Amino acid sequence: MAGARPAYDEMWGAGGNAAGTAPTPPYRDYCAWYDSADPAFLKAKAADCERIFRRTGITFNVYGQEDAAERLIPFDIVPRIFSASEWRRLARGIEQRVRAINAFLYDIYHRQEILRAGRVPTQLIASNKAFLPEMIGVDPPGGVYTHIVGVDIVRTGPDDFYVLEDNARTPSGVSYMLENRETMLQMFPELFARVRVREVSDYPRLLRRSLAASAPRASSGAPVVAVLTPGIYNSAYFEHAFLADQMGAELVEGGDLRVVDGCVAMRTTRGYRPIDVLYRRVDDDFLDPLAFRPDSTLGVPGILDIYRAGGVTIANAPGAGIADDKAIYSYMPEIIEFYTGEKALLSNVPTWRCAEKDALAYVLEHLAELVVKEVHGSGGYGMLVGPAASAAEIAAFAAKLKSNPDNYIAQPTLALSTAPILTDKGLAPRHIDFRPYVLVAPDRIEITPGGLTRVALREGSLVVNSSQGGGTKDTWVLED
Amino acid sequence: MLGRTAGGLFWMFRYLERAENCARLIDAGFRIALTRGGSGAGEWESIAATAGVSAAYARAHEAFDGPRVIDFLLRDRRNPSSALSSIDAARTNARAVRTALTREVWEATNEAWLILRDVLAEPVGEQNLPEALALIRREIAQVRGAFEGTMLRNDIFNFCRIGAYLERADNTARILDVKYYVLLPSPALIGSSADNVQWDMILRAVSAQRSFRWLHNEISAYGIAQFLILDRRMPRSLAYCYAELVENLKNLGAEYGFEPPSTAQALTAQRRLNERSMDEIFAAGLHEFIGGFISANIDLAASIEEDYRFFG
Repeated sequence: MAGARPAYDEMWGAGGNAAGTAPTPPYRDYCAWYDSADPAFLKAKAADCERIFRRTGITFNVYGQEDAAERLIPFDIVPRIFSASEWRRLARGIEQRVRAINAFLYDIYHRQEILRAGRVPTQLIASNKAFLPEMIGVDPPGGVYTHIVGVDIVRTGPDDFYVLEDNARTPSGVSYMLENRETMLQMFPELFARVRVREVSDYPRLLRRSLAASAPRASSGAPVVAVLTPGIYNSAYFEHAFLADQMGAELVEGGDLRVVDGCVAMRTTRGYRPIDVLYRRVDDDFLDPLAFRPDSTLGVPGILDIYRAGGVTIANAPGAGIADDKAIYSYMPEIIEFYTGEKALLSNVPTWRCAEKDALAYVLEHLAELVVKEVHGSGGYGMLVGPAASAAEIAAFAAKLKSNPDNYIAQPTLALSTAPILTDKGLAPRHIDFRPYVLVAPDRIEITPGGLTRVALREGSLVVNSSQGGGTKDTWVLED
Repeated sequence: MLGRTAGGLFWMFRYLERAENCARLIDAGFRIALTRGGSGAGEWESIAATAGVSAAYARAHEAFDGPRVIDFLLRDRRNPSSALSSIDAARTNARAVRTALTREVWEATNEAWLILRDVLAEPVGEQNLPEALALIRREIAQVRGAFEGTMLRNDIFNFCRIGAYLERADNTARILDVKYYVLLPSPALIGSSADNVQWDMILRAVSAQRSFRWLHNEISAYGIAQFLILDRRMPRSLAYCYAELVENLKNLGAEYGFEPPSTAQALTAQRRLNERSMDEIFAAGLHEFIGGFISANIDLAASIEEDYRFFG
């Protein structure tokens, strides 16, 4: 392998795949199966996947690419595997984090104790676009702000996990967790008879139960749940339709909704019917043209008033984005300690906030070693990966950084772990990350044993985003 | 169900029906051109008229000739009713309402779109035309088969059916409208070869050459008109389409507990078909009868859209 020090490999451990190395414990049974499988059979199965995905219509749309309006995310057939003990450890850390995030959001929209205590700078909140003054003093039904959270986690060593990002707005990708597993079950039934893997297929049922449990108290009978999508041209439309389908919920667009008699209601063939819980996959900005962007046609005029009066549940709550803001991220260890009284179980990646003068100076000096991200960016756009960038790219980025330092944070380039993918020449390591999905209800937090493993398909690449050549893998959590 | 979903299902099935009818119409025209020789410009013009695309065609091309009309009907994106545009539109609607469809129906629709999009990516030469047309029919038959075999018989099913039969009635009526003159009883012309070709073309356009022969010993204008308008055994006749429409609208009424104005409108249109003999229709004027039917069918579609809140 080219490169300085080989990254930790999920299958082969710290040493990489040298001759005679034994696979790491979670991969033992899988490797035994793999070694006994005919390579031609595996290749044929890998080719089948694309056909299955295309026929099922598991596609995503890439913005600004007319010709490739609907693309497939490449799927690799070699699973990423966690042992039961690795998972227990991760799950504890994730749950702690998600509890802290909800406590933080309640506090930040009520008494703001954490600001008074000086643990997070007031200015960071006040000047933040993700902070919604409209939410001050509002009590979301059941006290839940983030009904669905997707925590992005990377690994650098056997015991070294880092949280890259807490997605507290509308984390996507869970449909891939479910469809990837479904595809694997279809293709390799015998493998699942050999290796005991925990189920993920319960997620839609748990999601529905969790959302229903957060319904406004006033609603009587079984709560009506709907998924709000921007429409069929949105990049994640497949997922919106998939989740609505699996939950047995209505899939609605802004044009279907209206405020009627103090309720948010959908236009049915029999007239307007009230909705209790709206799982929205539309950003805050577009949610209510009366409160936010007046040109938005994706939202519902007046929905925020109904929400504030307790007439509807919006999941995730408007304004929840203040918790996953990249500038806030660097304070997560303090935030966790402040609300839970415990040290954070999962580490943060050390982060330089470019808004701070000393940090900016350091970052400018070390651009070639760092990853620099926009505070509000997502999808891997607008970021600089120092070690992979040319001198000209670095110079251009330095100029951007100097002109608007508040907009950026920087982190060291982590040696992301690798996992093998199946290539024409057999197994080859590629860098991966991981997003587990967490459901928060008023009375419980549930973490599905699995998640979305994204993989950078290009050799050596660290960018796993699907819009930039990333693929996905099935993620296994083994039974004890 | 959401009004938008009902509208999406309705249009998905209208477009599927339209794509299939379009393929049949091209097939019929192609047959005439083959048997007749010559340019057949008049025939192709009437086929464009039957497909309801004369104006759009005139904007795109100057003269009517076989290859151009075929291409325009088959795959031209400037023609919103071409087979390819219709399949696109059917699939876009299906995508928007996929939560209302079984996995089988969605996958059959998506697969039809994937396959036909490739087959129709380039102009289809005469040699490959019969095969391409058969493929369109087969792919759509698969969607229909999945639909028949897997969908619940509820309001979702009813809206799909209503879309399909409104479109089908419109299609059959248009064939009659364009070809009415060859169906007028005129003793002098019976048995002439020109008419035989025309009659065959009409039957072919509704896939009924064989079934017509099962029922009629002799091919005649009167028999064909009767078959396409009043025969309730014929699945593309106006009477059959309206029997289906009325039944599905009534099922909706029963499920929803109310009968909106569109149901009464469909019943009135059905009565106009059931209460008249072919002689009476000829006496009152076939052309006028069909014209009246087409506009009543369009009105009915508009009422259904309004009654069930497809758009607002």
